[in-house]
Amino acid sequence: MLLGPDKIKALVEQVLAHSRADQTEVLVLGGETALTRFANSHIHQNVAERNVQVRVRAVVGRRVGVASVNDLGEAALRQVAEQALEIARRQPENPGFSSLPGPRALLPAEAFVAATADCTPEQRAQAVASICKLSKDTGLVASGAFTTSSTEVAVANSLGVWAYAPSTYADLSAVIMAEDGSGYSGMTACDVREIDAESVAVKAVDKALRSRGPSAIEPGAYTVILEEDAVAEMLSYLSYLGFSALAVQDGRSFMAGHLGEHITGENVSIWDDGLDPSGLPCPFDFEGMPKQRVDLIQRGVAQGVVYDSYTALKEGKQSTGHALPAPNPAGPLPGNLFMQAGHSSKARMLASVERGVWVTRFHYVNPVHSLKTVLTGMTRDGTFWIEKGEITRPIKNLRFTQSVLEALSCVRAISAETRLRPVFYGGVRVPALCIERFTFSGVTQF
Amino acid sequence: MKELAERALNSAQLQGATYADVRIIRRNTQSIVLKNGHVEGLAQDEDQGLGVRVVVNGAWGFASSSLLTHEEATRVAGLAAEIARASSLVKAGDVDLGAPEVHVARYETQVQVDPFSVSLDEKIALLLAADAEMRRVKGIAITEGSMEFLREIKLFASTEGSFIEQEFVESGAGIEATAVGENEMQTRSFPNSFGRHPGKAGYELVRDLQLVENGARIATEAVALLGAPQCPSGVTTVILDGSQLALQVHESCGHPTELDRVLGYEASYAGTSFLTLEKRGSFRYGSPLVNIYADATIPGALGSFGFDDEGVPAQRSPLIQNGIFVGYLTSRETAAMHGERSNGTMRADGWNRIPIIRMTNINLEPGDWELDDLIADTDDGIYMAVNKSWSIDDKRLNFQFGTQLAYEIKQGKLGRMLKNATYTGITPDFWDSCDAICSARHWRIWGLPNCGKGQPGQTAHVAHGAAPARFRNVRVGVM
Repeated sequence: MLLGPDKIKALVEQVLAHSRADQTEVLVLGGETALTRFANSHIHQNVAERNVQVRVRAVVGRRVGVASVNDLGEAALRQVAEQALEIARRQPENPGFSSLPGPRALLPAEAFVAATADCTPEQRAQAVASICKLSKDTGLVASGAFTTSSTEVAVANSLGVWAYAPSTYADLSAVIMAEDGSGYSGMTACDVREIDAESVAVKAVDKALRSRGPSAIEPGAYTVILEEDAVAEMLSYLSYLGFSALAVQDGRSFMAGHLGEHITGENVSIWDDGLDPSGLPCPFDFEGMPKQRVDLIQRGVAQGVVYDSYTALKEGKQSTGHALPAPNPAGPLPGNLFMQAGHSSKARMLASVERGVWVTRFHYVNPVHSLKTVLTGMTRDGTFWIEKGEITRPIKNLRFTQSVLEALSCVRAISAETRLRPVFYGGVRVPALCIERFTFSGVTQF
Repeated sequence: MKELAERALNSAQLQGATYADVRIIRRNTQSIVLKNGHVEGLAQDEDQGLGVRVVVNGAWGFASSSLLTHEEATRVAGLAAEIARASSLVKAGDVDLGAPEVHVARYETQVQVDPFSVSLDEKIALLLAADAEMRRVKGIAITEGSMEFLREIKLFASTEGSFIEQEFVESGAGIEATAVGENEMQTRSFPNSFGRHPGKAGYELVRDLQLVENGARIATEAVALLGAPQCPSGVTTVILDGSQLALQVHESCGHPTELDRVLGYEASYAGTSFLTLEKRGSFRYGSPLVNIYADATIPGALGSFGFDDEGVPAQRSPLIQNGIFVGYLTSRETAAMHGERSNGTMRADGWNRIPIIRMTNINLEPGDWELDDLIADTDDGIYMAVNKSWSIDDKRLNFQFGTQLAYEIKQGKLGRMLKNATYTGITPDFWDSCDAICSARHWRIWGLPNCGKGQPGQTAHVAHGAAPARFRNVRVGVM
């Protein structure tokens, strides 16, 4: 059960009252999370957590200290305010820091669904049971995880900022294992009632059945169809590498010096929008600043990056509402990415490929060269060979080493349908892509 | 804390638990980040909570809370039992933990200097001095330095009668210099990449690192890398420095020997393992020079402790002996499946996570080569040092690594500096090509504070001891 806005407001006012800093910010992160995990077609791990954390940022001149606590007793709240102040005092000034942000109007973004918050262990177990049953009936082995959570975020500061928003989250994923193959499917939503366990099971089982008996292909550059999970992961890394104003200011971003220029394909547009209800909406960031829609790449042109108050003030701009919890030396990050849909479909894309590879998702992706946006990673859980417009056989998993911007420069087709997928920070809604040329640098043994 | 633990265990038993354990943890963390000569982040975090793990109806349940009261302990135990009953709706067989583990003990990290007693002034001054050394070098765009300190007080108690109190202290620091050129960016870190080199130690670890003394060197190397030639593509001999080899051991040996991965418990996320059960005792993992073992007892190493999070004592276990795969990292439940006892590798990232099999300190035994002699003995190859990128498949076979620094080796001598060095391979083929390992004189333990596993995600602090080693016929220059 969440504390709610009244209790949290009383809590933050208590902390602000204790603070003797020039400026003070109080960030409250709380909630309950539960996860039912299964492997070998049975539930093997099943967990729940309740936590509330209070983070205090104290400003003394141009010095900033942060302290946090998850004990909500009065003594602890007084101490955390004092600790943040003490830390702020005991350091040299940072000339780059100006001020905490002042209040700005917020627009609503509904992301709380009671059904998700009220989801029980039995309900999660029943969903898992349906996946396990279908797998066993088909001679396969099920694994996966079903998460439901309810969280609340509140931000207040001594300049008058006050923001509170509850949210819920549900995610079900399944990896179904055959003797020598595997298939994956997943679903994400704010509303647990949108999670269709049977649909997840059917798709993952189908992929697993079709993945049996894979053969190897030679590494090389191929036309690929990337399903939404693969596109989402690629996009999240592109974002991490270069969509932050801090990365641009440091000269570490592929966007630096190229705003207004073509950096990738003209059929590629990417933006961040925390208010879009088809994502995982969130009305404000961790400084209580309103989420702004930011066009990052528009028709292949580098358009903009995201800011928090620290990076914005350095350029005389306003925060775009993308701050992470302080202290955050890594800078602001998009958390609600969208890629423009097209007009095609996965079926039509498949029919158009003479020779190529179908990729369900990637595994263990990591940057190899940040400025050139080169990533490496493996395919996983459903990788197939395409010949003359049809999937003809499963293939052994491949390692790719590929520049994301170069890949997005040769997108042959984009699906009209998009899917919401979770990534390491936030959610992304993306289409499937048919990419003319994608480099696989290695192959594994399965 | 003792009464709270007893309340949780009693409540769990009243709810039908045939086994229960509780961990109550208080964790203090201090982190300092400097960038371009200024303090960019300075934080002190306090975190506490309890987590109750139960077996009810033969199945697992776990619940946790940050509220440390008797009422909450009762609620959490009840919720854990409810969750276990839900688990039992989809179970394969009853949980079997094997023989009881009963220990009453106390353990604490041995430190010379409590890092929390050292003033912020001293810590910031050290980082500023190292920063100044890096920024002396023309061409450096970004300088970073960081320190992180942790104190964790943990109580473990179980319905079998264990009562274990542990206090851990960790210290770590590191610096980084980045040079940015035309469509090129190069970073050099010291002593290791990705923020810092940590250990279960006091502030003496930081003082011994010699950050200031190495600042100008790494900055000079970062600038030089901008103009260095690209690592060529081909198949050649590679000598890896100890820090890169530590990560190689982590990804290609530590993870695949986790028995829970082998049994499919991690299939939905991190994957499984190619070291399947029938391979134990006979599979050739590497050349006869290769000996790898787990050891949670090494003083000062990041992955050390007194007892794991099932209350099993820390111990040393062989994993690879003379190149043959011989052992796994186990838990009570997975070991019992094979009639064995756990070798104490169940670790949880905090009160709000269940213990899962994790690495401790996974080490490659040293050999008998001196590094200078090894290089002199290598006619043609590449020396690679300090990790920059990493990736491996979900059975731990196909891997690819990149390093920050590399040098040609030509006719037994280090030659040109090379940038963007990468190498790739298949795990047993790679380790089978190992034909020389440097001596104990070159061996050190590298702390790795960011090992990810599990759902919900957990981060483990582990370590790897390694000395430089040589590998033949390695594919390099992937990018």
